[in-house]
Amino acid sequence: MAQETEEQKKFRQHCREWLKDNIPPAPTMRLPQQAIGIMEREQLEYLQRWQKSAYDAGLVGCDYPLECGGGGHNNCQRIANDEMQKVNLPYFPNVIGLGMAAPTIFYHASDELKRKLLPRLFSAEEIWCQGFSEPGAGSDLASVQTFAQPKGDKWIINGHKVWTSLAHFASWMILLARTDKSDKYNGLTYFVVPIKAALGSGVTVRPLIKASGETGFNEVIFENLQIDDTYRLDAVGRGWQVAMTTLTHERGAGQLVMPSSGGQTDSDYSSIAGVNEVIALAQQSCRPDGGLSSHDPWIRDQLMRLLIRDEGMMQAMRVHQVSALREHPMRIPLQGKLVVTELIQEVAELALEIEGAGSTLYIADKNAPAGGRWAQAYINSFANTIAAGTSEVQRNILGERVLDMPKSK
Amino acid sequence: MKDPRDFGFDEQCAQLKQAARSFFQKKFPTHVLHQLVAPDPDPFRAPAANWDRALWRELVQLGWHALAVPESAGGVAMPLVAGVALIEEAGRVALPSPLLTTLQSTCVLKACNTPAAHALLETVVQGSAVTLAMLDDKGTLQSGSVTPGKTDSGYVLNGAAFFVQDAAKSDVLIVRAGGLYAVAVNSPGVNIVPDHIVDLTRDQAHIKFENAAATLLAAQGDLILRQSEPARLTLLAADMVGAGEWQLQTTVEYAKTRVQFDHPIGFFQAVKHPLVDLMVLVDQARALVYAAACAIDHQTEPADAVHAQKSARMAKAAASDMASYASKKSVQLHGGIGFTWESFVHLYAKRQKHSQVTMGDAAYHRRLLADIVMGVT
Repeated sequence: MAQETEEQKKFRQHCREWLKDNIPPAPTMRLPQQAIGIMEREQLEYLQRWQKSAYDAGLVGCDYPLECGGGGHNNCQRIANDEMQKVNLPYFPNVIGLGMAAPTIFYHASDELKRKLLPRLFSAEEIWCQGFSEPGAGSDLASVQTFAQPKGDKWIINGHKVWTSLAHFASWMILLARTDKSDKYNGLTYFVVPIKAALGSGVTVRPLIKASGETGFNEVIFENLQIDDTYRLDAVGRGWQVAMTTLTHERGAGQLVMPSSGGQTDSDYSSIAGVNEVIALAQQSCRPDGGLSSHDPWIRDQLMRLLIRDEGMMQAMRVHQVSALREHPMRIPLQGKLVVTELIQEVAELALEIEGAGSTLYIADKNAPAGGRWAQAYINSFANTIAAGTSEVQRNILGERVLDMPKSK
Repeated sequence: MKDPRDFGFDEQCAQLKQAARSFFQKKFPTHVLHQLVAPDPDPFRAPAANWDRALWRELVQLGWHALAVPESAGGVAMPLVAGVALIEEAGRVALPSPLLTTLQSTCVLKACNTPAAHALLETVVQGSAVTLAMLDDKGTLQSGSVTPGKTDSGYVLNGAAFFVQDAAKSDVLIVRAGGLYAVAVNSPGVNIVPDHIVDLTRDQAHIKFENAAATLLAAQGDLILRQSEPARLTLLAADMVGAGEWQLQTTVEYAKTRVQFDHPIGFFQAVKHPLVDLMVLVDQARALVYAAACAIDHQTEPADAVHAQKSARMAKAAASDMASYASKKSVQLHGGIGFTWESFVHLYAKRQKHSQVTMGDAAYHRRLLADIVMGVT
């Protein structure tokens, strides 16, 4: 991994040249902090235009085969991501499609389905959402109850999915459904569902309101929705295994690297969790006694703790690329989700302490420091420590798969 | 200069790390360590340097103690990333030896860049173990607790240096007395007084000098010590990372075999989750150690020195916090057995406690890091 291949070098050059002239204009509207918070069609369309132009230039889906609409490259997505991180770009809107649906379809769908679905997923012409969680199935995902009943070469689906980000724009959903009530793990089957086509005829999408007061995710109700058997991935009863492919990629530990963009250039130090922004915030904020926050020894110590964790996380990913320094193949990749989401939460929390009295002001208050973004970021940070396997579930996974300790029930 | 993504950790470094791991695991398993360093539990026993001198001679034969010595002095001039890899493996077996102090001293001698320092580097290649005598009785660099004098036959030192690491295992001292001076431990006027220390895997001493003959290595002692501080810190942090990995693996192994409430205790999340948190801390500290070593290896411009200093302080701060957590959890999760003299975990916990405060604890380095990143208040 240390040395770049000829292909990677050429590809990096291509990315640089294209990015030089093709950075999209700044948005005219306010964008949410991440793609799963997109609420307005105008926001979505701006971001879709960006993803499509990056796809057309070959920066999305780089390592998928040409016949599926990919770039046909070998290990080049990380190069494209790396170059996109270096410049100031918006994020891609089709995050669930790129991070979860695409690798799952690639490993488990028929060739015909791959050819049909992947190109419009990569281009963001079709947005994807994920139908996994239910009111009774959160951390214990395998207890999903949404039921798919076979009927000839069709399936009839009934059930209730929740926390479904982007469902209000989605054309497609990846769906984990029960096909056998007598077997928890082997009674699951995985489908792709054309939900937009079925709105009003078997599918209802309703917004859920987050703790931050914003919408952005949904509940999806299936009432006798009929879909073709051709939309099933892998065999009946293999849904859990297919879902593991989805989750492995969602946690950043899969074979196929997710395309991502949204870098910043304006700091000499690339921080994942925004620690540098909080350092800058401390330089403009006061403690209750009027002293500068950036002069307070406790604040300085807390900032350095977070800065060291941020750097440690980035350097750990660097270590993972050096095979002679790798202790276990999954040890660092599987830590990523846990470590980054908890760090982001603590960074936001420290930002609020630094803002002091000002941190009580929320996004609608014109006097709110930094436009209230840290209060918003703090509340929304729980979306990431809870979604896609809570931090507690992540610790189980690491303890069991990496440290090989017995499975907790 | 831009740091290479792979830390400059080339095939030669990888081979060294692998060789060092097998060598230490084979020659120095933990029960041997316990037999060697813990024969006498009496806290009032006489201080002793319990170490395997024959094993050290094997290390010297392999040239590992001198791997960072420049070619001009007869060494193999391997980068610091190789040095930290070696020390990480030595830390993993909690090796009692003058390896760490000798590698640290090599960094000091290289920074001196004088004929006398070059000559001492040549004796390192021949097998001399070296350590640093630079602290006062408060453990600081504040006062000049040793003063140099000049006689017809050369320099002499008077005074005392404190908290000298692995003094009883060393052949030569680098003494801070305004400038830096080399003193042979067996010269007249050098009195090594061993400290009674908690850590069983090291020895420590204060050293009294009474007209001890000395060779001037460099006139600007504090400048040299400042320049070499990042490398010395990073090497110490590497030892802590190796020891931390042992604490993690040993405790995980125990959690997989010890059965209570009808389950191996690793089944319980109150045991499992702290071990996962420890793994994350070990991995971040290790990553920061290699990043710091790489930054130090690739310094060309003045700005690189600041980058190296930042990286080294991050590494030592992260390693110290990790070591604190590793020591607490490794003893605690072993339950009652972890609190006995016969168990192995206390040997590592004590070594880690010693390393945590040596050269400054985590909060100290975060304070200096903040001064670099945020400006001095």
